[in-house]
Amino acid sequence: MLLLDRNGAKADPFARVETLDDVAGKAVIVAFDAAEKLLAAAPAQAGVFAPNTLDAEQLSPFLDRLALIAIAFPSATDGRGFSLARQLRRLGFKGILRASGPLFSDQFPQALACGFDEVEIPDANAARQPVQQWLDALKRVTVTYQRDYAQGERILDRRARS
Amino acid sequence: MYAYDEFDRQIVRERVAQFASQVERRLDGSLTDEEFRPLRLKNGLYLQLHAYMLRVAIPYGALSARQLRQMALIAETYDRGYGHFTTRQNLQYNWPKLRDTPAILGLLADVDMHAIQTSGNCIRNTTTDCFAGAAFDEIEDPRPTAEWIRQWSTLHPEFDWLGRKFKIAVTASRQDRAVLKGHDVGVRIVRDADGETGYQIYIGGGLGRTPMEGKLIREFLPRAELLDYLEAILRVYNLEGRRDNKYKARIKILVHEIGLEKIRADVEAEYASIVAASPKADLREFHRIQAAFDAPEFADLPEVSRKLEQAQANDPDLALFVEHNLFRHKHKGYASLTISLKGIGQAPGDANAAQMRAVADLAEKYSFNELRVSHKQNLVLPHVRLDDVAEIFAVLKAHDLATANAELITDIICCPGLDYCALATARSIPLAQKLSRHFGDAATQKDIGELSIKISGCINACGHHHIGNIGILGLEKKGAESYQITIGGDAGDQFAIGELLGPGLPETHVPEALDKLIAVYRRERRQGETFIETYRRIGLAPYKTAFKEIADAFA
Repeated sequence: MLLLDRNGAKADPFARVETLDDVAGKAVIVAFDAAEKLLAAAPAQAGVFAPNTLDAEQLSPFLDRLALIAIAFPSATDGRGFSLARQLRRLGFKGILRASGPLFSDQFPQALACGFDEVEIPDANAARQPVQQWLDALKRVTVTYQRDYAQGERILDRRARS
Repeated sequence: MYAYDEFDRQIVRERVAQFASQVERRLDGSLTDEEFRPLRLKNGLYLQLHAYMLRVAIPYGALSARQLRQMALIAETYDRGYGHFTTRQNLQYNWPKLRDTPAILGLLADVDMHAIQTSGNCIRNTTTDCFAGAAFDEIEDPRPTAEWIRQWSTLHPEFDWLGRKFKIAVTASRQDRAVLKGHDVGVRIVRDADGETGYQIYIGGGLGRTPMEGKLIREFLPRAELLDYLEAILRVYNLEGRRDNKYKARIKILVHEIGLEKIRADVEAEYASIVAASPKADLREFHRIQAAFDAPEFADLPEVSRKLEQAQANDPDLALFVEHNLFRHKHKGYASLTISLKGIGQAPGDANAAQMRAVADLAEKYSFNELRVSHKQNLVLPHVRLDDVAEIFAVLKAHDLATANAELITDIICCPGLDYCALATARSIPLAQKLSRHFGDAATQKDIGELSIKISGCINACGHHHIGNIGILGLEKKGAESYQITIGGDAGDQFAIGELLGPGLPETHVPEALDKLIAVYRRERRQGETFIETYRRIGLAPYKTAFKEIADAFA
């Protein structure tokens, strides 16, 4: 898997784990179902992996205790994760939001605009689309009509100023 | 008319460059064909039966003369000299080459046009009344609202990967000329009891395989809240709409399955959260847009034009044209003039480059440089002086554009069908041409009066057959084309899905079947009653009986 944020590729400080036997003091990611138990096991940083069908409200009791939420993108064309990310940010989630799945570089600016910090893509996809393509994708459309999405320069604000 | 500013231009130019990069990355293998396909579609490029098809966006059907001339140039340079106007007020080129598309997009950008979001599972071109800004019965010009929605929905980062396409229509008149209830969201501009202008919102309408009538989700939405409310609808749809089956992925299926009350509760809850989280949307941008749509300077004219009356008296063809192709304008002495792209025996919606240029000249000279494309696949000069109609008619006649059949039986809506489309199961254009010739006689048409025929070449219903007074659906049955006929569909305020009359017929029998249906109307009609009104009064049975004679003879 390739992990990258707006600055490029990065090492993953989190480990995906299946069991909670040895998580104390570590940064780990577990399936959302195990969130409660993970938090009880006192990891240094707690992350969960959430399906994109999860209701944002189901995550809300954990938001201030989670350092990371990874939202699954089962395919590039399934955009539910974009809306879920928006809702989690609105609910006040301050940790890292990770989009995980076979996205392609043109979707990188969209993911960041909706509140994601980073994307994690399978190695096969990363082999076709090197990191530079992802960074280039951020520079292609530099202005935006939408007012409250974190992307580009906001046309409406520019117009209001002129 | 709205004019692009530097930011609108920048976004189109950057999108063209982005698409060029996507093509490059497809060619060098960075993107797989599966990844490239939706990117290509979101830029209006389809792979059809014989060639690529490029669908150009004409936001809310509004065009300037300069833009139409550019369409003519593109048709001549990169297509076979013509273009096809669609039911979504767009224009399609049927024969462009893939390698020419960046050049075409560049030419479009030169005149502030593009192909953004004309396909794909995103928010499509917002459509409206083809008489917008001119109609006598509108509360206000609906185009500012449509433009407001256009900007908000353009390259929206959250709603670019929906379960399925999403179509929004706007109207500002009591009489619905924008098929509001056939859209994913219909926006009707209304005034409340205090005189405040706002919106009535319909949700979950659509045609296609499973036709559904849009339902009223919000009785009155204050203007300032429109975009936030649309955001709430889109977010609920994006999260809750079905993704397991492409044919059940439109919002109409979600509304149908969970019910209007539930979707209303979900949308209102999401809307409340949006409003609580960020300051209420302000109206500055709407007012900026509205100012750009400032009405032209209409002259103070008498209600009737003696000049036109005299010309009509000397020319029965002109008189017929005036009777059928003029629509009542909000200013005295003006009219909106429909230019029929349904010449008898022609392919509905097609216009060649010479015709486009002639119409562009007319718009410049007689209609404040404004043009509209109608969802009925015609063109409209929205603001012409009655005094000028005879001159306009003469020019139209010289270009085979003077057919006096707006709203009549030969004003047929028709999809491209098996002549072009990869999805089609039967041809639709040749049948439209055949019916046009069959009913083409002016006296026959006048006697039959207002009657809409809509033809689709497959169940995806691009030809709106469900809502034709007479709807025709072309299918493939045991290797042969077979046409199912429905009756009673209505696209307007009394929105209705047509009823199936019986088994499918071969193309050869369709004109005769329609003769039988029209014979019932002629026999049963009361003074002044249109085809659909008689149908509503007497019901399906007599038409079914008449149809059975043909079906039995064939079977």
